[in-house]
Amino acid sequence: MADEALFLLLHNEMVSGVYKSAEQGEVENGRCITKLENMGFRVGQGLIERFTKDTARFKDELDIMKFICKDFWTTVFKKQIDNLRTNHQGIYVLQDNKFRLLTQMSAGKQYLEHASKYLAFTCGLIRGGLSNLGIKSIVTAEVSSMPALTSMSDHTLKKEKLDK
Amino acid sequence: MVHTSLDVVDEKISAMGKALVDQRELYLGLLYPTEDYKVYGYVTNSKVKFVMVVDSSNTALRDNEIRSMFRKLHSSYTDVMCNPFYNPGDRIQSRAFDSMVASLMPQVC
Repeated sequence: MADEALFLLLHNEMVSGVYKSAEQGEVENGRCITKLENMGFRVGQGLIERFTKDTARFKDELDIMKFICKDFWTTVFKKQIDNLRTNHQGIYVLQDNKFRLLTQMSAGKQYLEHASKYLAFTCGLIRGGLSNLGIKSIVTAEVSSMPALTSMSDHTLKKEKLDK
Repeated sequence: MVHTSLDVVDEKISAMGKALVDQRELYLGLLYPTEDYKVYGYVTNSKVKFVMVVDSSNTALRDNEIRSMFRKLHSSYTDVMCNPFYNPGDRIQSRAFDSMVASLMPQVC
């Protein structure tokens, strides 16, 4: 129980820390998001290196996405992704109905605009993990109602790279 | 020689994609033997390739030992990757990693 809270608290502190340091330098919102995403990217790279150490080689992209949804998500957020959809052409939609980093906020529309701050790190986490597994991707996240998260991960980039 | 072996590694991986499920191990085994050396390969899930070149005359080294050496190398590499001061893609300049590699050497020679 305690170790879960630690990650939540550290993450909250990190977000507010990044935003506070930006306010002094008068930097716009987008740069903070990028900063958080880059932090997530590096953490994702390290984590995936550790997690996949003893697993068998992955068969294909879907296999990798399943690993992200199950093992990776369980280790970071203590639960699995609720729903994984794909169009089999490189777009994957991951849905988490009770996203841990948002459960502490009230469920109304009040904080909806602030939610994006708390998603940037996770987006980076997924992107870093995937890039280390050899998939170049774009990850975006959106929140429609408060604790639910939909994360889109799109590897059209990867396909371009293969053609060259 | 190491460079040529990388091509063999790629061949093996692409062949393995179609192969059976139980053949998806990270350790690739003997890549190819030459007159003087044997070349072994190992690929992590993050597509990092390790190659080991061993003297052919050395018959004491069995497959299992090579595998455990690669495992050690891999876990040591993982530690380097998780070091926040290491930038992925840079040359590895870690004393712990170097000493681990050095400790593997006496087994071979």
